[in-house]
Amino acid sequence: MSVTDVPVLAIDDLVIDIGGNRIVDHVSLSLGSGRILAIVGESGCGKSLTALSVLGLLPKAARITGGEIRLNGRDLLPLGEAALSDIRGNEATIIFQEPVASLNPLMRVGEQVEEALRLHRGLSANAARGEAIAMMARVGIPDASRRARQYPFELSGGMCQRIMIAAALICRPALLIADEPTTALDVTIQAQILELMRDLRGDVGSAIVLITHDMGVVADLADDVCVMYGGRIVESGPVEPIFAAPRHPYTKLLLATIPTLQGQRKMTLRTIEGMVPSAESWPDGCRFRTRCPLADEACVATPPLADVGPGHAAACWHSADVEALA
Amino acid sequence: MTATAQPLLQVRDLKVHFKLRRGVGTPGGLVKAVDGISFDVAAGRTVALVGESGCGKSTTAYAVIGLEQPTDGKVLFDGRDITHLRGSERANLARDIQIVFQDPSAALNPKMSIADSVSEPLAIAGWTRNDRRSRISELLDRVGLPAAFSERLPSALSGGQRQRVVIARALALSPRLLILDEPVSALDVSIRSQVLNLLLELQRDLDLAYLFISHDLSVVRHLADEAMVLYLGTVMERGPIDLMFEAPQHPYTKALLSAIPLPDPVLQRKREKIILTGDLPSPLSPPPGCPFVSRCPIRVEICPTARPELRTTVSGTEAACFLTR
Repeated sequence: MSVTDVPVLAIDDLVIDIGGNRIVDHVSLSLGSGRILAIVGESGCGKSLTALSVLGLLPKAARITGGEIRLNGRDLLPLGEAALSDIRGNEATIIFQEPVASLNPLMRVGEQVEEALRLHRGLSANAARGEAIAMMARVGIPDASRRARQYPFELSGGMCQRIMIAAALICRPALLIADEPTTALDVTIQAQILELMRDLRGDVGSAIVLITHDMGVVADLADDVCVMYGGRIVESGPVEPIFAAPRHPYTKLLLATIPTLQGQRKMTLRTIEGMVPSAESWPDGCRFRTRCPLADEACVATPPLADVGPGHAAACWHSADVEALA
Repeated sequence: MTATAQPLLQVRDLKVHFKLRRGVGTPGGLVKAVDGISFDVAAGRTVALVGESGCGKSTTAYAVIGLEQPTDGKVLFDGRDITHLRGSERANLARDIQIVFQDPSAALNPKMSIADSVSEPLAIAGWTRNDRRSRISELLDRVGLPAAFSERLPSALSGGQRQRVVIARALALSPRLLILDEPVSALDVSIRSQVLNLLLELQRDLDLAYLFISHDLSVVRHLADEAMVLYLGTVMERGPIDLMFEAPQHPYTKALLSAIPLPDPVLQRKREKIILTGDLPSPLSPPPGCPFVSRCPIRVEICPTARPELRTTVSGTEAACFLTR
C-alpha cells in the first residue's frame, strides 16, 4: 500500500463498553487493499467484538462509546441500519467459525450464494445463478451446478465453509472478515481452506481480517498481526518480526508455551502463570502485569503502543527487555 | 517396558460397529466405527490415537472403558478380559481406569462444590468422611489448586482450573490408566502448557499409563511415546513417536503432518505442503479397498479393491499401504 492510498479499513481509537466494563479499549488498526491482517488473542480479549463492530453486528448490550471506523474512507458509525445493510454482504462481509450454523438449513446452498447478488446488484435469478455457480467452482466445489441445488445438511463441514466463502466473496467485497474460519474443521480440511484463502486474496483482491487464536494459522496466512490482550492491542507489526523478535512479553510467552514439531519432547513447557482474566478483574495500568515476569512499579501506569521497529509497535514499558526473557 | 512385563492394557482386533436405521436423509446401513484395532499400553507410557473426525479414536477409547459395546475383539486389563464386564464388576474397574474429557465445564456438576465433585468417587468406594477430607486436600494440592477452592462452585473457576479439578477427580482412587480425550483442546492457549506440564508430572510421579486422544499433532508429539494414526476405523500407521514424526511412511500420515500450520512464518511458507483433495468419505460407504484411497495422492490400480495389511516399513514404523517400503 502506498502512503497516498486510502486504507480499506481504518479503525481509530475504538472504544466498546458492555455494562460498566470497557471491553475494547482504544483500539486502532488499518488495513490496505489485498492485505491479510490477523487479530490474535485468547477468549475475552476483544478480538471478535472489534471485528463485529465493523459490520454493525455487535450484541445489543455492547455500545460503541468512542472512536471511528472507516471503510474505504467512509465513516461507518453514524450510518443507520439501512445503510449498513447495503454495505454488509456487498462491500464488507464476514464468515464465522461454524459454517453449518451460519447457513440457512432450509435454503439450497446455491440460493444462499446468489442472495447477495440479487439483493445488492439487482441481478435476475438466472444471471445470479450463473455467477454463483462460477464462484462455487472457483472456491473448489466440484460439480458446482449439482451442488447448488443441495441443502447444507447434504454437504460436509469443509464444503459448507467453501459455500460461506463463495457467498461472502460473490459481490467482490473490499473487506472480508474471517472469524476463526478453520477452527471447527479437521486439519486436512483446514489446510485446504487456508490454501483457498491464500489463492483468493490474489484474484478477488479483498483485504482480509483474520481472527484466530492459532499462531500456526497466523504464520501461514497473515501479512500483519495485531496481538490483543484484555481489550487492548499489546503488539502489532509485520508477521516476521512478531514471530522472530516479539517485543511484548505476552506475545513472547504465548509463542513459547506452544509445543512445536522441533522442540524437545516431554520437557516442561513454558507457562504463563495465572489465568486469562475476565473484564471485571482487569488490573489498572498494563492488563498483563499480574501475569508478567517483567512487571514492576512502572506497569501500574498504562504503557502506550510505541514504535519498536519499522511498522512494529508494542505496549510495554519493558519492551527492550523482552528479548532476554527466557 | 521389559520383554517379560505384561502390558497394562491390551486391545486385540477391536471392532465397534453401529447399525443405522433408515430415516430421513439417511439410507441406513452399517458404520464400522472401529474395524480391527490392536495395541498395548504399558504402565508409565503414553499411546496416542490420532486422526480426524470419524476416524474412530474416541470410539476406541469408549470401548476400552465400556461406554461402547465392542462388536468383536478383546480388551485385557492387567491380563484380565474386561471386554464385556457389566454391573458391579464394571463399576469396580473404575478404580483402575478413568477418563478425562475435552470440556471440563460439561464434566462437572455446576451445583456441586469442587470438594463434593472430587470426593464422589471416594464416597462411592466407601471412604469415611475424614479420609475423604484429607484425600481431597491431597488431590487438590497434587493438581496445583489451592485448598481454598474446595468449597467453590465450578462457575467460580477458569477453564484451566476446572480441568485440574476433573483430573483430581479422575485420580481420586489412584487409577493406573487414564484415558485423556482431547484434554487441552477446549483451553486457552496460555493455559494449555500448564495442563500439559501437569499431565507429564503426574505420569512421572504416579507411573500412570495414558491413552491419549488428540487431533493436535504438536501436543501428541510432546506427550506420547507411541502414536497410531487412524482413518475410518482402521490403523494407517503406527510406531514410536520419533519415527512417526521424522520418517512417516504412510501417505496419510505425511499429509496430516504437512497440514499442521507451524507457528513460524518463514518455515511455514517455504515448506512443501501436501494438500489432500476431497473430504473424509462417509463411514457409511467406505471404499472396499484401502480406506484412504479416495484422497490418496499416490494410489495405484490395486488400492481401490484390496485392503493393505499393516507391515513394518524401512523407517521402522508399521504402515498399511501397498506402496510403502
